[in-house]
Amino acid sequence: MNTLIIISVLPIVLLYLGLYKATKSLLPVTIIGLLAALGFAIAQWNNVALPIYHGMMMFDNFSIAFSGITIITTILILMLSGGYFEKISKHTAEYYAIILFSLAGIIVMVSFYNLVMLFIGIEIMSVSLYILAGIKKNDFSSNEAALKYFLMGAFSTGFLLFGITLLYGTTGSFGLEAIRDWVIAHPHIDPMFYTGIGLIIVGLCFKVGAAPFHFWTPDVYEGSPTLITAFMSTVVKTAGFAAFLRLFSACFAPLSDFWVPILLGITIVTLFIGNITALYQQSFKRMLAFSSISHAGYLLFAIVALGSGSANSVFVYATAYSIASIIAFGSLILVQQQNGSDNFESFNGLAKNNPFLAFVLTVAMLSLAGIPLTAGFMGKFFMFSGALAKYHVWLVIIAVVNAIIAIFYYFRVIIAMYFRSADRAEVLVPAYYKIVFGFSALVTILIGIYPDFIARFI
Amino acid sequence: MESLTNTIQSVPLNHYILLSTIIFSIGVTGVLIRRNAIVIFMSVELMLNAVNLLLTAFSVYRGDASGQVFVFFIMALAAAEVAVGLAIIVMIYRNTNSVDINVLNRLKW
Repeated sequence: MNTLIIISVLPIVLLYLGLYKATKSLLPVTIIGLLAALGFAIAQWNNVALPIYHGMMMFDNFSIAFSGITIITTILILMLSGGYFEKISKHTAEYYAIILFSLAGIIVMVSFYNLVMLFIGIEIMSVSLYILAGIKKNDFSSNEAALKYFLMGAFSTGFLLFGITLLYGTTGSFGLEAIRDWVIAHPHIDPMFYTGIGLIIVGLCFKVGAAPFHFWTPDVYEGSPTLITAFMSTVVKTAGFAAFLRLFSACFAPLSDFWVPILLGITIVTLFIGNITALYQQSFKRMLAFSSISHAGYLLFAIVALGSGSANSVFVYATAYSIASIIAFGSLILVQQQNGSDNFESFNGLAKNNPFLAFVLTVAMLSLAGIPLTAGFMGKFFMFSGALAKYHVWLVIIAVVNAIIAIFYYFRVIIAMYFRSADRAEVLVPAYYKIVFGFSALVTILIGIYPDFIARFI
Repeated sequence: MESLTNTIQSVPLNHYILLSTIIFSIGVTGVLIRRNAIVIFMSVELMLNAVNLLLTAFSVYRGDASGQVFVFFIMALAAAEVAVGLAIIVMIYRNTNSVDINVLNRLKW
C-alpha cells in the first residue's frame, strides 16, 4: 500500500522539480523514490495478506513479487534515459512523471482484488502509455504509433468492460472472492457468464499482444521511441500477464474445461505468428517486437497449465525476458545513435571495437533464445515442465519447434556482430549504460547457473 | 427513486441485454470499417456507453449500487481517454493535415 502511495506522489514531486528547472535532480530523485517504494514492498513480504479498502486490493506475496520486478525493471530503464529525453524536448520532468504514473497503474493491476481495480489499473497504465508512445511530436512514426496504440487500446478496453459487465450481471458482484464463491456454488453456469469470460480473454489478449489480437504490436513497438518500447515490452507485458494470471487463478480455475481450449489455440497461433514473422524482419527493433509476441505465447503457457506453480513460472520467465530485453533495447539505442539505422547491418563488426557491448548483447540474445546456462532457459524450463504436468505434450513439442526457429533470428545479430566486418568507429557506452548492462548480464547468468534462489519464490 | 426503479424494471432484463449488445456491435463495426479517426473514436465511445447502460440495468435489477458506481468510474476514465485521444489526433492533424487513418501507412500495418 505504501508502495502505491509513494509511486503516486513521486511523479507530482517530479513535476514540481521540473517547474523549478531542477533537471539535474530528476533522475536521482526518481531512483531514490523507486528504491524506497521497493523497500516498502519487500518489508511486507510474508505478512498475512488481507484485502484492504473494502476488498478492493490485496498485497499478497504475488503482488509484492510482481511489484518488485516491475519497479526494478523501471529503475534499470530509467537509468538508460540519461540524455535520451533531453534530445526530444526541454520538458524532461513530464516524461519521468508519466512513466511513473504508468507504473502506479501497474502496481494497481498486479494487486487488484476487485474487477473495478483491474479496469482502473489497466486504464491508468494505458492512458499514460498513449502519451509516451507519441512523445516525439514531430516524428511521423511516433505519431502513428500513438494513434494506433490509442485506438486499439480503447477498443480492447471496450471488450474487457463488456466482459466484466456480463460477469457482474450473472454473479452480482465485482469482487474476486464473491465471483469465485458464485462459480463454486453454481455447477450449472449461465451462458452469459461464459460470454463474459470470452470477452475478458479478448480484452486481455489485446493488452498483452497475443495473436490473433497482436496486429498493433509491431507497429507501435517500432514507431515509439526506443526507450518507451523497452518499457512497453518489459514492464507492461509483465504486468499484463500478472493481472491475467491473478484473475484466472482466483476466479475461473474451476471452469478450466471451458477456457483452456480457447487459450490453447491462442497460444499456438501466437507462437507460430511471432516466430515465423520475426524471421523475415530486416529491422532489429521490429524483430524484437515480433519476438515479444512469441514470448507472450510462452508466457501464456502458465495460464493454460494453471496450477500452484504458475505464478512462479511467470515470475521467472518475466524476469529473464525483461532483463534480457533491457540489454537488447539499450544496445539498440546506442547503435541507433551512432548509425541512425536499426537494421541488422548496423550491428556489423561491433565486436571488434566494443567487445563489452557485443558480449552483453550476446548474453541477452542467448537468454531470449533459451540456451542453457542463461535465465531464459530456466524460464522456458519452468513453463514447459508446468505444461507437461498437465499433459499438454503436443503444446510442448510445438513450443520446442518454435524455440528452434527463434534461435535462427536471435543468432543473426550475434553473427552480424562477430563475423561480419565493417568500417565503424567505436560506439561510446556511457557509464550508466555500463552499470545496467553489467548488472543485467550478471543476473541473467546467475539465474541460469543457480536457479534455486528464484525457483521457489512465490 | 422507487418509481424510477419500478419503471426500469417494467422492461424485462433481456431487452436491456439485447439493446446493449446491439449498440456495442454497432460500435465494434464502426471501429472496424470507418476510416476517419474521429468517427472511430466516437464508435469506441458508443461501445463504452453500451456497457454503461447494461451496468445500470443490472444494477437496478439486482438492487446493488456497486454497478452504478462502476459507471461513474468508466465515465471518468473515458473522459481522461478523450483528453489524451483528441490531443493525439490534433498532433496527427498538424503533421499531415488529415485525420484519415489511411495516411498512417509509414509503418507496415
